[in-house]
Amino acid sequence: MSDVLLKVAGLKKSFGGVVATDDVALDVRLDEIHAIIGPNGAGKTTLITQLFGEQLPDAGNVYFKGTDITRLPIHKRAGIGLARSFQITSVFMDFSVLDNVALAAQAHHGDSFRFWKPASTEIELRTAAMQALVQVGLDDRAARIASQLSHGERRQLEIAMALATDPVFLLLDEPMAGMGAEESASMVKLLKGLKIGRAILLVEHDMNAVFELADRISVLVYGRVIATGTPDEIRTNAKVREAYLGEV
Amino acid sequence: MNKQESIIKLDEHLETPTLFGFGRGRLITIVVMVLLLILPIAAWYMGNKFYLDFSARIVCLAIAAVSLNLILGFGGMVSFGHAAFVGIGAYAVGIPSYHGYESAWLHFPLAIGAAAMFALITGAIGLRTKGVYFIMITMAFAQMAYYFFLSLEEYGGDDGMTLWSRSDFGFLNISDGLTFFLLCYALLVLCVYLVFRIVHSRFGMVLRGCNSNEIRMKALGYNTYAYRLTAYVISGAMCGLAGALIANLQDYITADTMTWTRSGELMFMVILGGAGSVFGPVFGAGVFLLLEEILSAYTIYWHLPFGLLLILSVLFIKGGVNGLIRRGWRL
Amino acid sequence: MSTLFLIQLLNGLQLGVLLFLLAAGLTLVFGIMDFVNLAHGSLYMLGAFICASLTFLTGSFVLGVLLAIPIVAVIGYFFEVLIVRHLYESSHLDHVLASFGIILIADTLVQLSWGPEGIAIPLPDYLSGQVEILPDIIFPTFRLVIISSGLLIAAGLYWLITYTRLGMLIRAGASNRTMVSALGVDISSLFAGVFALGAALAGIAGMLIAPITEATIGMGNDIIITAFVVIIVGGIGSMKGAFIAAILIGIIDTLGRSFLKDILEMFIESASADTAGPALSSMLIYIIMAVVLALRPQGLFPPKVR
Repeated sequence: MSDVLLKVAGLKKSFGGVVATDDVALDVRLDEIHAIIGPNGAGKTTLITQLFGEQLPDAGNVYFKGTDITRLPIHKRAGIGLARSFQITSVFMDFSVLDNVALAAQAHHGDSFRFWKPASTEIELRTAAMQALVQVGLDDRAARIASQLSHGERRQLEIAMALATDPVFLLLDEPMAGMGAEESASMVKLLKGLKIGRAILLVEHDMNAVFELADRISVLVYGRVIATGTPDEIRTNAKVREAYLGEV
Repeated sequence: MNKQESIIKLDEHLETPTLFGFGRGRLITIVVMVLLLILPIAAWYMGNKFYLDFSARIVCLAIAAVSLNLILGFGGMVSFGHAAFVGIGAYAVGIPSYHGYESAWLHFPLAIGAAAMFALITGAIGLRTKGVYFIMITMAFAQMAYYFFLSLEEYGGDDGMTLWSRSDFGFLNISDGLTFFLLCYALLVLCVYLVFRIVHSRFGMVLRGCNSNEIRMKALGYNTYAYRLTAYVISGAMCGLAGALIANLQDYITADTMTWTRSGELMFMVILGGAGSVFGPVFGAGVFLLLEEILSAYTIYWHLPFGLLLILSVLFIKGGVNGLIRRGWRL
Repeated sequence: MSTLFLIQLLNGLQLGVLLFLLAAGLTLVFGIMDFVNLAHGSLYMLGAFICASLTFLTGSFVLGVLLAIPIVAVIGYFFEVLIVRHLYESSHLDHVLASFGIILIADTLVQLSWGPEGIAIPLPDYLSGQVEILPDIIFPTFRLVIISSGLLIAAGLYWLITYTRLGMLIRAGASNRTMVSALGVDISSLFAGVFALGAALAGIAGMLIAPITEATIGMGNDIIITAFVVIIVGGIGSMKGAFIAAILIGIIDTLGRSFLKDILEMFIESASADTAGPALSSMLIYIIMAVVLALRPQGLFPPKVR
């Protein structure tokens, strides 16, 4: 069994009586893609916001490499190796593609309280950014302004930005959202190559992609994890079939 | 090596904010800057001192507008209280002068330092909040500064205070109109260049990133609050410098400099010039003061067309003012 | 001292209810339409001037007020329909700039119509006297009228928001705009109506203060900032917060101006107190705002759903 990087235990969160996260426990290990699936309103987004500190849980803890990070400020999480992509494309629309990724790389290459030297002349940042772009296959778009990219390309850019921070743990929030079949297929190919040396938590609606990519899957229903296992185990799990797959 | 070269080459095509705006804007910028220098001096040689003072006014307010642009145009922080920094800078000249300390080497550092300090305190509180809160808080703190100086009877209170002699630079005699104008002009060029360097630096990229998408910046690992606050302090300090110059320009200091109408005018200059370029506010300050001068010669009710212009530009320019900021004027 | 204290307390209360009338309109407009209306103070000023003219025309202050209220409401209505309506989708920066433009226009139009001088509004005899509210405590009748009408309006607003269908829509609209339009409510007339209501409240505040201070150009531009301080302290969008903060700020500001110097004199020499007293008291409410924000960035009573 490989190392557990991220571990969640007893996580609870409710909003005015509505339980959004109900005693959730899960872990994500090195070199694996762990997918979370669940019907709409199952509490996936709420769970993510707690993993990344945007909301604090009512109870329970989040551990990263054995350290409790439940209450660590958002911006400090990136520094210890957590990165994420966003469900709603969240790139800097006015920046060029390369600048987008360079700004991500900059967060982890030295101090940013530097006021004089143009950032665009820092070879180190540009090279790191370009590498991330090559990784997601967007290097030929580097000079474009982000707002001119297609939807699928922006999703790729999202991932390049996350990669540029050199993360050990990567959360991908519906990377295939709004993509056509062809774009999805190339995204699956891209994601497959990313898990080595990392732990990836994948939240996704595209079941084909999930079952193709995931090493393990957790099924979230009404804020509860009702099953965790390999894709085959999940496919045959009676509870899952009843609660979730039946609905699709 | 080849790859790196191509990376650098690539940047030449990128549309990042430039010192001079885009394309033809660059030419216009250079023309404006040269005219702003040559015309008043020519007028002065021909014996007309008015244009020298008028241009000095444009230049001083342009410094204030350029400083506001750093946080408004690039940082997305809508400060409706920037006039407070102008006022603080002005009183940092007036108060020591009143007590007999006339050295510019005291006045100017004090103006910059005091404005920076005020920015640090009010910014530390105001930037904990967002959007509308920030707009109102900057207004409120500016109003506080206004009432504070208004209540200082010893320094003129309601009546303001006269500056009996201009700041003493030693080797420079700024009581001379031309020297003073040239000093202001040089400082403006310095400030524009400073902001230009800042917005392109690592810090500037982060600042613009915070404007574009703060949540993303936090997720990337940036403590956005610290960057915003730093920008706010830099902006305040620069605006304090403008205030010190304005005090010397008018030879008179009054709390009225800090009313929120003044802050609104500064904002208008920034937007009029197109906040997308570093130089834009200089252009905006020039056009605004010219408009004011011309309109107010015709009618004492010049605020009426000015107000209409404001409303119409917000209503009918596509994407509102933000669209303008994003696109620049694209001259 | 205690007599003076009580009188100043009442004066503070009077400022407080005026601030509430202004803050209530701001809260309604901001809470429901997410619109930042800097020009709210202009409606306050217009209320004062229109009331002044109508008072002279009809010869009665009360009649002047009663006639002026619907006029200001109609002005507010057109203000919404002509300008504000087109800006809901825009950024706050646009709101601020457009309403700044409106202020400039309103100030100039008032100067064109009424001249640059302030206008005093004469009060009828039965309002201009003084009453002995407690033994030895004499207080101007009209100030009592301001306090009581302000409190009455506050109670009316409470009733409106809590118990009527309009209030239900207002509350629902504040938390969920799409839901309200899904209910089949004509959202644009709701917004215009709410804006007119806010305008009327601001206008009333202007009418009530004008007999004491005169109607002057730009009279709204200072008090509106104090009203901002009120809603920041109270929590933007919260009517309850606006009420409590308005009373609090009104009283603190008034008491600070009258007693801070004396209090300081107990601790420092009187010459310095002479300087520090006015300086400190003029900054007092802003310092309070800063402290509240430092401790609770969302204000004292942040609205539950936003």
